[in-house]
Amino acid sequence: MAVTAGARTTTSVRPRMTAKQRRRAWQGYAFLSPWLFGFLAFTAMPIVISIVLSFTKYSVLRPPEFIGLKNYQHALGGGDALVWPSIGRSFYYALVSVPLGLVGSLMVAILLNQNLHVTPFWRTLFFLPTLTPSVASALLWRWMLNPEIGLVKFFLNSVGLPSPRWFASMEWAIPGIILIGLWGSVGGSAMIIFLAGLQDVPVELTEAAEIDGAGTMRKFWHITIPMLSPVVFFNMIMGIIGALRVFDTAFVATNGGPSYATWFISLHIYRTAFMYFDMGYAAAVAWILVVIIVTLTVLQFVLSRTWVFYQGETR
Amino acid sequence: MTATGRTLTTAAAVSRKRRRPLLHYVRRGLIYLLVAVGGAVSMVPFGWAFLSSGKAPNEIVNYPPTFWPQQNLFVENYRQIWVEAPFLMWIRNSAIVTSLTLIGAIASASVVAYSFARFEFPGRNTWFFLMLSTMMLPGEVTLIPSYLIFKTLGWVDSFKPLIVPAWFGGGAFNIFLLRQFYMTIPRDLDEAAEMDGANPLTVFIKVLLPLTKPAIATAAALGFIGSWNNFMGPLIYLNNPDRFTAVLGLRYFMQGTTSAQLSAGPPKDHLLMAASIVVALPCLVLFFVAQKYFVQGIVTTGLKG
Repeated sequence: MAVTAGARTTTSVRPRMTAKQRRRAWQGYAFLSPWLFGFLAFTAMPIVISIVLSFTKYSVLRPPEFIGLKNYQHALGGGDALVWPSIGRSFYYALVSVPLGLVGSLMVAILLNQNLHVTPFWRTLFFLPTLTPSVASALLWRWMLNPEIGLVKFFLNSVGLPSPRWFASMEWAIPGIILIGLWGSVGGSAMIIFLAGLQDVPVELTEAAEIDGAGTMRKFWHITIPMLSPVVFFNMIMGIIGALRVFDTAFVATNGGPSYATWFISLHIYRTAFMYFDMGYAAAVAWILVVIIVTLTVLQFVLSRTWVFYQGETR
Repeated sequence: MTATGRTLTTAAAVSRKRRRPLLHYVRRGLIYLLVAVGGAVSMVPFGWAFLSSGKAPNEIVNYPPTFWPQQNLFVENYRQIWVEAPFLMWIRNSAIVTSLTLIGAIASASVVAYSFARFEFPGRNTWFFLMLSTMMLPGEVTLIPSYLIFKTLGWVDSFKPLIVPAWFGGGAFNIFLLRQFYMTIPRDLDEAAEMDGANPLTVFIKVLLPLTKPAIATAAALGFIGSWNNFMGPLIYLNNPDRFTAVLGLRYFMQGTTSAQLSAGPPKDHLLMAASIVVALPCLVLFFVAQKYFVQGIVTTGLKG
């Protein structure tokens, strides 16, 4: 998203530097050095170790033993019956929560963009769930969704509806996690970004459409949505990456249960690594997740050319 | 939001204009109603948790539930959470981790952002691109090797794995945020100071830093939330209950499932709700105080990012 535009002031092929330029370059590296060290020590080195580890059998107590592709074969070839279902659950979570989250955030943003009195007050109200620690929100909602005495059950029963058993049932456990996730994100940063995007839609365009007789819905679909598409795209990319990594709420609210109903891929990695100390195998599963996320992200960037419209772009 | 607009003729548009006052108020009323319902849904879990936190253990399990606590045990329950568990120590641990992480992150991110914004050196764009791509890197890949590295260093069960990395770069998000901010400050200011013989460090401290206060406030506000609410990090690196952060310690008040080894005895749901509210409180208060900075930070990194 036009990130590098500002950084492209220098050309990569340059003549010999003057003494002053050379001094500036050294100083630049000096100021860069904390990040450079941190990047090498806490990102690059772990990535390399993680790749190497994924080809070994390593249980911390004994030195790693090279076993080639066995970890990947075990994970993908059905040796581990939990891998594919847990990837499937993470996808289920992402496929439901991301679209609902995007539509919800956009709707809240549109509402808050209607020149309400005391907009900051409403914005705060909608934003508060985002600020709540994920552990606390999982606990609050576990309490609300209690299948015997929860407030949600009371509410549904009192309007004559049956209440699902949420985290006590196989089929309603993931919807419960989705509900917690949506509560914690619909009014959050995606909504704020939508709100800023809405305020950037040029007034001339909507006015021109109005003069041509376009109604509210028509303006929305033919002006607001196209103008907003880069923002939708950004929120979608970040939303999918986050959703496929869902961990905190499931770990706290259900701990993967009941009988693996909320056993997401990130829980599987955590358990394998830090409960069973099967570090090599866990690293391999983590890489499978990363490959899935990166592939999806690249795919979305490719597809985005067909539907994302950048202002100032001619086509 | 009616669908009437599809084929509005000029005549219809005129008649709509004439009716406008009434339609206008109906529309506004509807919008306010929707906003109020949405706002209520955001707040219900807090409200219910708060009401539950004032009840007695046997009242809390009643169904249908009572709304206002019959015995009104707010004072007792909120006192009990500090007695029942080393909750004060956990809050203190969170405060230590969060403040040291924040100081390190902001100090190092602003230095690095200064480098990206004001210096030209070979490889700068490559490093900048690498820095941005780390924002999209799923943490799962680095989780296991980082744990092994910190274990080798003997840092497990200390706060160091949570704090030290922040001192080396301070996070791609913060670097990007501050760099975008530095780009908006005219270079004439730096150059004027350099004419007067200031070295780059002096320019940074005396000229740029004082102008960056809003961006630093943004980074601090968002960083506080991130660090205070961090769950995965403490979960992996902290085993000794004396070292728990507040978020990690919350599970002590849970029954069954994960923390069975920690918690035993009668249900503590009323205390769990009280403790959850106490842990969430600092973030909520911070938002009320620094709302403007949150919004600016999210917008800068989301739109211009």
